[in-house]
Amino acid sequence: MNASNIQVLVIGAGPAGLAAARAARARGASVTLLDSSDQLGGQFWRHLPPERPSAEERMLHHGWATFRELSETLEADDGCQIFRGAQVWAIERSPERVDGTAVGLPGAVHVVVGEPDGVGRQRLALRPNAIVLATGAHDRTLPFPGWDLPGVFTGGAAQALAKGERLAVGRRVVVAGAGPFLLPVAAALATTGATVLGVFEANRAAALVRGWLPNPWELVGAANKGTELAGYLAGHLRHRIPYRLGRAVVAAHGSDRVESVTIASVAADWAPIPGTEQRIEVDAVCVSHGFTPRLELAIAAGCALTADRFVKVDDGQGTSVSSVFAAGEITGIGGVDLALAEGRVAGHVAAGGTASDRELRQDRRRRRTFRGFAARLEAAHGIRSGWPGMLTDGTIVCRCEEVSFSALCGAAESTGSRSLRSLKLSTRVGLGICQGRVCGRTVEELLGRRLVGGLGDGVTADRRPIAAPIRLGELAADPVADVATSGVDEFDQRNSESTRGPT
Amino acid sequence: MTNNVIIVGAGIIGAACARALAVAGVEVTVIDRGTVAGGTSAACEGNLLISDKGPGHELVLAQYASTLWKHTVAELAEQLGDTFPSVEYDPKGGLVVATTVTGAGPLLSFAAGQRGAGVDAWTIDADEARRLEPDLGPAVEAAVYYPEDAQVQPTIATEALMASARLHGARVLENTPVLGPIHDSAGALVGVRIPSGELRAGRVLVAAGPWSGQVANLLGVYLPVRPRRGELLVTTRMRHRIFHKVYDADYVGAVGSDDGALQTSSVVESTASGTVLIGSSRQQVGFDSSLRVDALSEIAAKAIRLFPFLADVAVMRSYGGFRPFMPDHLPVIGEDPRMPGLWHATGHEGAGIGLSLATAVLIRDLMLGIIPPIDASPYSASRASLAPHLVDVA
Repeated sequence: MNASNIQVLVIGAGPAGLAAARAARARGASVTLLDSSDQLGGQFWRHLPPERPSAEERMLHHGWATFRELSETLEADDGCQIFRGAQVWAIERSPERVDGTAVGLPGAVHVVVGEPDGVGRQRLALRPNAIVLATGAHDRTLPFPGWDLPGVFTGGAAQALAKGERLAVGRRVVVAGAGPFLLPVAAALATTGATVLGVFEANRAAALVRGWLPNPWELVGAANKGTELAGYLAGHLRHRIPYRLGRAVVAAHGSDRVESVTIASVAADWAPIPGTEQRIEVDAVCVSHGFTPRLELAIAAGCALTADRFVKVDDGQGTSVSSVFAAGEITGIGGVDLALAEGRVAGHVAAGGTASDRELRQDRRRRRTFRGFAARLEAAHGIRSGWPGMLTDGTIVCRCEEVSFSALCGAAESTGSRSLRSLKLSTRVGLGICQGRVCGRTVEELLGRRLVGGLGDGVTADRRPIAAPIRLGELAADPVADVATSGVDEFDQRNSESTRGPT
Repeated sequence: MTNNVIIVGAGIIGAACARALAVAGVEVTVIDRGTVAGGTSAACEGNLLISDKGPGHELVLAQYASTLWKHTVAELAEQLGDTFPSVEYDPKGGLVVATTVTGAGPLLSFAAGQRGAGVDAWTIDADEARRLEPDLGPAVEAAVYYPEDAQVQPTIATEALMASARLHGARVLENTPVLGPIHDSAGALVGVRIPSGELRAGRVLVAAGPWSGQVANLLGVYLPVRPRRGELLVTTRMRHRIFHKVYDADYVGAVGSDDGALQTSSVVESTASGTVLIGSSRQQVGFDSSLRVDALSEIAAKAIRLFPFLADVAVMRSYGGFRPFMPDHLPVIGEDPRMPGLWHATGHEGAGIGLSLATAVLIRDLMLGIIPPIDASPYSASRASLAPHLVDVA
């Protein structure tokens, strides 16, 4: 197929998705780019809305110039159709099968476009020639007593508020958990005027961390140390914000909202060490223990996963399903530079190129380098097995359905069940509005370790055939067939009709 | 013959049979290639229905089953204690609504026929229907209320029956697939081969739901059980606004149909957790579990026709399961005349949760040589209506 006849659908407009869209356009494919947010850039390049431009963006964001260049080029490009506020809620697999494996074109991608809370969202059904999945990751927070109190935020939520709204989550804040992500969270908070009382990294001085210790703030820039923000941090924050290793927030306290936290030293396996507790008064806590890839669309599309549960990709970022590609954090947590390199490869190959093409030479090399970096990060900062030592019987494990640790264990014990599905249904753990995005892997780990023989039903918390909530009224409506072929004008027309209300 | 049984399948039918037999003193071993409640019993609605069954043998079984649920639930609660999750048994009653003029006549005559067979089926007018369900939409052409319809949480019910069976001495081997049969020199089935070796017993009961055909095949007989896919939607939690099991009258037609193509009808009810459960589709797609958006769209449209307020309610998940479909629409309960030692308890299609307790009583009594409380011959593998289907045409 001539590249100009290829329609590439890119899902996710963070670094990987933007790079993929750009690379696919560079080969002449027509591109449809979707993102659930109302702006491009994803979580990583979340920024103030255009009506509130800020000179600080450049300093706050690693690779801001790259973002500007990518987004402005794509926005000005008639061959790239961009849908903001577009939620992919389902992917249907290709009906054609050989030995149970989908062949030929990917199936239909079902989308709703519009404000999540608004009326008149439009349903689309897209049938592209190729899909690039660039759905990213959300940050993972382990449970601890009091983590369900108002005032306890994920690092990602705190950073999003800081970067997208310039709002601080509190005035006296601690940042805790694991991984280099804690540092930009603290930095973003500091720029909004919050007093960051400390950054508490649970892991101890692994060799790599020791290497970083002289100036941990440099991690903000990850591999690319020369960024403005890293320099700013190194210069201004290093002495103001304590960075402590081997410590964790083991409890949050308060009646209506968080009023203080208990910090304790933790062992190498993250088990809290009794007698080391220290109470600090705060009005907000930001906790992040790493990232969970957003896998539901990849799983819906039928993509195989690796043993550590990322999307399995080949040299050209192709997944196990033909014409479906994956790039960025869903293939492994590796940061922005890796996402950009993978995105460029994915977009190029999705548009008919091959992985060995000369123009990808630099991206292949960068991908190798940054994957190695990602592996070292995981080795230094990954979640350790002693964390359940933070839990008490009453600790809420699933915040949506308010399931406590003891309720979960009690159901497992009384039923004797080794089935994740059954235990979810009998306790409602992971069945609430977030559909286990926050607690799913935590529950799997807790049960897997507690049950003799582990979980036995082969079910994981990552499968969500309905990938985003959809109203029954939207579901009942006929979708617009394929905007990529029917054209934007027609879509806009129908969209405006549908906002007139029910007929 | 020794007093022991191997049950293949740890869904609700296997669990109910295991419990009934263990209580009667039979030595029971349940094996499942997955886990307890790992298949259809964790992917269905938990219907204990009278309303969808016309006069006939399935209705008789359902009517008998409905007499068993209440005291069985009480027994389970007493035996398993407060820490065991509730099976959420709720005799809430069913309301069947014809939303079209053409659907009204068939619904009313269906209900009249049911009354002749002893079903409590109250024909009510639209105002009375709205008193039962204030949020019903304008399209109420006819309505019938069925006070005997009830609901359980099917997964917990399965776990509870199996936990009780265990307490009565049953052994459960999970992640243990059947590899093949063990026959004696006369050709009778005397056990199964499993990965760890051999498991022997006087009888082998296949209760593997939609996979029963595959298990029977491994053991050496053909059984025409086929999977039929059913999809369901679950909404976000909301204020309690739906008080009964509410169906549009099409449901009766879809359940009783032989058609392999997509059929949907609306079944709407609240659950104990505050979500609303909306079913359901029926489609023969083999064991393909992929999401079908056209099925979900149809279900949604029909649910909104019953309850217009649902249009603004968000669906947060869907799930689907395979129903064990039989060509003559009756379960197979009893010994296989073609292979001594082989027993079946399967083919309940969408009614297995409700029929499980009655099925277990029949299996227990037939195995123990007691005369069952209802005639078991209509469900026998040697019944006339099944004979033409027992020849493997595949």
